[in-house]
Amino acid sequence: MSYIRLDLFDILIAGVLVLMNGALSVALGLGIARKMLVAAIRMVVQLLLVGMVLTWLFATVSPWLTMAIAFAMVLFAGREIMARQDRRLTGWWGYGLGTGCMFLAAGVVTVFGLTTQLRPDPWYDPRYAIPLLGMVLGNTMTGIALGLNTLSGAVRLRRSAIEARLALGDDRRQAMAPLVRQALSTAMTPVVNSMAATGLVSLPGMMTGQILGGVEPVEAVKYQILVMFLIAGGSGLGAVVAVLGGARRLTDGRHRVRLDRLE
Amino acid sequence: MLVVEALSRPNLFPASFTLEDGECVVVRGPSGAGKSLLLRALADLDPSEGRVVLDGAERDAMPAPRWRSLVGYVPAEPGWWAETAREHFLDWDSLAPLARRLNLRDGIGDDPVARLSTGERQRLALLRALERRPRVLLLDEPTSALDPDSTHQAEAILAEWRAETGMAVLWVSHDPTQAPRVATRALIVERGSVREERA
Repeated sequence: MSYIRLDLFDILIAGVLVLMNGALSVALGLGIARKMLVAAIRMVVQLLLVGMVLTWLFATVSPWLTMAIAFAMVLFAGREIMARQDRRLTGWWGYGLGTGCMFLAAGVVTVFGLTTQLRPDPWYDPRYAIPLLGMVLGNTMTGIALGLNTLSGAVRLRRSAIEARLALGDDRRQAMAPLVRQALSTAMTPVVNSMAATGLVSLPGMMTGQILGGVEPVEAVKYQILVMFLIAGGSGLGAVVAVLGGARRLTDGRHRVRLDRLE
Repeated sequence: MLVVEALSRPNLFPASFTLEDGECVVVRGPSGAGKSLLLRALADLDPSEGRVVLDGAERDAMPAPRWRSLVGYVPAEPGWWAETAREHFLDWDSLAPLARRLNLRDGIGDDPVARLSTGERQRLALLRALERRPRVLLLDEPTSALDPDSTHQAEAILAEWRAETGMAVLWVSHDPTQAPRVATRALIVERGSVREERA
């Protein structure tokens, strides 16, 4: 396996493109030059830090450290899910539901991938566990956030339709079923679209990264297929648990709609 | 018989009253006084305190869906979850004679609900609730958008239904001439307080 090493000069040359964007923004009066510069600097600093942390993490191969980093990733992703909600669930549920579902879905799928397909030694080897979790987490987070946001929006908009069914003697599962289906369909759309378009419209970052790193394209493709399946599994599991949990929280044991549980 | 004891919820002070089998009691009071809140609390669609008993069975002791199949509720603005009218009924075709008596035109069952008038939707919501044969029917201004003829038809059908099945009706109405036509007693709701007087 061989790859072309980049030096600082190579990166600086690529950075000129961002400066060019900034110059265009100033010339056209778009007003995003400063934002773009800050974002570019943030990206460089964050990635350098991640590079250092990963180097240290990979050298130690500690189960506790790997678990701690994975846990921190899930907590950050949970914050992101919360931030993507137009109206959050009140109290602990606002953060806990999305984070808990992601912990469950991404955790199960990542451990499944590590122990049955990749099988590194030890199975929690952070060189495999952390990048895999990162990829599964990113997509699971999108699925859960979309599912919960669609559900809470639909319950707000269609409260009278839900209550019409409840008033006729339907239970909450029957009354919420169309909304749950809609939320799950929305949650799964990005994964379905991405699977359908991969290879034709886009070459996934992980696969191109491996190819640039010197891996044979067919081997890189096999990895990509594995990752796409894990992502689909994680998104599906996470979205189902989150949307069903959300539907349960937005109703109560007496089969009533509880919009007071939304901020 | 429906017995209500100290039923309360936010913006509604404890209310106590009874509703005999086959009886119709009208609910009156200014807008925003709490009439709809009272009906929603009785239908158990909002959390409430107090005791509600139907034919000796406590509301809180039975599953909420069972309670709502016995105590039907037709809100002022009924909700619709499917595209066409007929999808909201258990057996639309068997209701055709009743629909005709309510001046609903033939073929309305296959029309999209979104294209129906407010009055048509009101009558369909009433039919939909009657189809489940509730013991008590809670009506929130069920004829507010109807012409006089359809209003009289709806009143007549409900009176027959009460006499035949013993169904009791709690009827929110703003029409001062309607109350004495349909009921002998009235519950007056003012600023969240409920008191009783003659219709």
